[in-house]
Amino acid sequence: MPTMTYLEAISDALREQLRADERVFVMGEDVGAFGGAFKVTDGFVEEFGEQRVIDTPLAESAIIGTAVGAAVVGMRPVCEMQFADFVSCGFDQLVNVAGKTHYRFGLAVPIVVRLPSGGGFSGGPFHSQNPEAWFMHAPGIKVLAPSTAEDAKGLLTAAIHDPNPVVFLEHKHLYRRVKGEVSSGLYETPMTARIAREGSDLTVIAYGAMVHAALEATEELDASVEILDLRSLVPLDTEAILTSVAKTSKVLIVDEANETCAAGAQVAALIAERAFEQLDGPIRRVATPDVPIPFSPPLEQAVLPSVERIRDACRDLLDY
Amino acid sequence: MQPTLARTRAARADRDARCVTAHPPDRGDESEVPFSAMEALTPRPADALPVPVATGDPAVAPAHLTTADRVELLRTMVLMRAIEARALALYRQGRVPGSFYDGFGQEAVSVGAAFALGPRDRLCPLHRDLGAHLVRGVAPARILAQYMGRATGVTGGRDGNVHFGDPATGVMGMVSMLPDMMCVATGMAMAFKLRSEARVALTWCGDGATSRGDFHEAMNWAGVQRLPVVFVLENNQFAYSTPLAKQFAVDPVQRARAYGFPGVTVDGNDVEAVFEAVLEARVRALAGEGPTLVEAVTMRMHGHAAHDDMRYVPPALLAEWAQRDPIERQERRVAALGGDVDELRAAVEAEVENAVAEALAAPMPDPAAATRGVFAEGEAEPLGDGSAPWSGFAEDGDALTPGGDRPATGAAA
Repeated sequence: MPTMTYLEAISDALREQLRADERVFVMGEDVGAFGGAFKVTDGFVEEFGEQRVIDTPLAESAIIGTAVGAAVVGMRPVCEMQFADFVSCGFDQLVNVAGKTHYRFGLAVPIVVRLPSGGGFSGGPFHSQNPEAWFMHAPGIKVLAPSTAEDAKGLLTAAIHDPNPVVFLEHKHLYRRVKGEVSSGLYETPMTARIAREGSDLTVIAYGAMVHAALEATEELDASVEILDLRSLVPLDTEAILTSVAKTSKVLIVDEANETCAAGAQVAALIAERAFEQLDGPIRRVATPDVPIPFSPPLEQAVLPSVERIRDACRDLLDY
Repeated sequence: MQPTLARTRAARADRDARCVTAHPPDRGDESEVPFSAMEALTPRPADALPVPVATGDPAVAPAHLTTADRVELLRTMVLMRAIEARALALYRQGRVPGSFYDGFGQEAVSVGAAFALGPRDRLCPLHRDLGAHLVRGVAPARILAQYMGRATGVTGGRDGNVHFGDPATGVMGMVSMLPDMMCVATGMAMAFKLRSEARVALTWCGDGATSRGDFHEAMNWAGVQRLPVVFVLENNQFAYSTPLAKQFAVDPVQRARAYGFPGVTVDGNDVEAVFEAVLEARVRALAGEGPTLVEAVTMRMHGHAAHDDMRYVPPALLAEWAQRDPIERQERRVAALGGDVDELRAAVEAEVENAVAEALAAPMPDPAAATRGVFAEGEAEPLGDGSAPWSGFAEDGDALTPGGDRPATGAAA
């Protein structure tokens, strides 16, 4: 199996879908001649032409709105928001049009919206956000957030095959840092959680970049720590969460997103409601406090969940 | 090539494509207030550019509409008004939950525009465009059941009033955030162009919606990509209570030119004028000439919704517009052609009464259905084809090609 970066795996999924299904096309700001701000679609316009690799006007609402229109007449659009932050400009089309259409009159809206997300690079308040919880709160939208190259390809493939609107969070910090063996050819990764490392003393639940932070933070702890990589936030794999908590009786939940009503808050509520009897300690969370992501490195590092904060929280829980 | 449309194009070849007028001759009624007089009744900002006033073209209109078409236009408008009048009564009796929105006085806009569309065209109507659903073939009983929140309504009770689209008729239902559907229709047109299909998308928007960003985003996008899309601006003078003068400084039809395509103004209370304007826009779109903005000037004769007493509308304005009622105008034409208008009205009334009885007998939805259907499962099924009653399509085999929205082989590459 070839080794690919997380970014190459995403490109590979898109390329294979464009080759396999003429209904698939990609569009977004600067995705054509420039190959995308992060080069995910580098070389695509040469292979597939300007009609299937569409450089759009700077218009996020129209990018998502036109994707909806194309989807309901038989296409399979994959849109790129240049940065996840800009999806706020397309929020209405995604939440009100894409998300509610099937429920209202049974018309499927098969679109994928790719969101390069996350901080750690002095991107500042408008190029660092993790907006996944906005869409978890909006019915009718699936929300995926892979952490490995193999899952990035398989989940993006599954997203394109899915008959629903799918928000696909690809963490910018993982683009070139994470590499792994990736199968060639089309395959789908199920929209379920994955055990990134087995353990029996404590469960750390995370997704996206925080899976890697959790793995690093718990590597040298004198305990058996299970890392559960959610991969999919909607649908949320409640069975995998409850099974792991039943096994370890202690749980730490890590979000890079702002703390209030984050994905981890939903996971915490689920555990409190359904696994209270199995717990041997409080449900703990590590997340970004409720502040905009600051620009200057010492400020940004002060708010993003660090390996140290995760390790300290794990130690507290193990000692409880 | 479509024979009737070819005639249209030939007849209009000498026109300035950037300043299209598409108003058929007034055939028959001297008492009608001329369209040009409407300007005085329309509170336009002082520095607005002059509105293009249609002059009529006797050589064109009769070629497009047979007597049967003109009767059908009338029948559909009468049906729309009868359904909405009956639904308003049902609302006041407590049979229609929530609120109720109607298009009283605006029937010509949705009926005339939808009548110009082919079966494989796609459309996104708004809340005063019930006529479009009727043209495309949605049965009145399903519409009345929709209003009443019944299980047999188009959305099975999941949404109310005109917030529906029957996918089998090629219609995508609206959302309340206006004009979101302009972006959606633009995307439909983008797919048609990408697949090299001879089809258009059409959507309506109101005067209030011209102030939102999606109006700009859709118009700009459609202009840049020269897409086969028709935008019908349904200018009914008020956005809820807000008059035009508080909505824009320049008549928005003028903006079309800034996006690189024509904007035309038609008498929105003349169903044949609306039909002609949209037909011409469709011809342009199919010829690869891109979008058209058609401003249909009309008047919302009822409140924003059933609760609204319209205190903010000067009574004289309503009285003036009442003289230009679109249904009465079409009735005079049909009567002049020898049609029996009374018989037509009686038949529609009977049809609506049957539909009301059917809807009232329909069950309310099972509460268990409230949590079902949020997500689609299996293969996504695209919009299907709808009815296209205009006689021009009967002549044209190509426009009647069945098959829904499957991609044309190789077209995407």
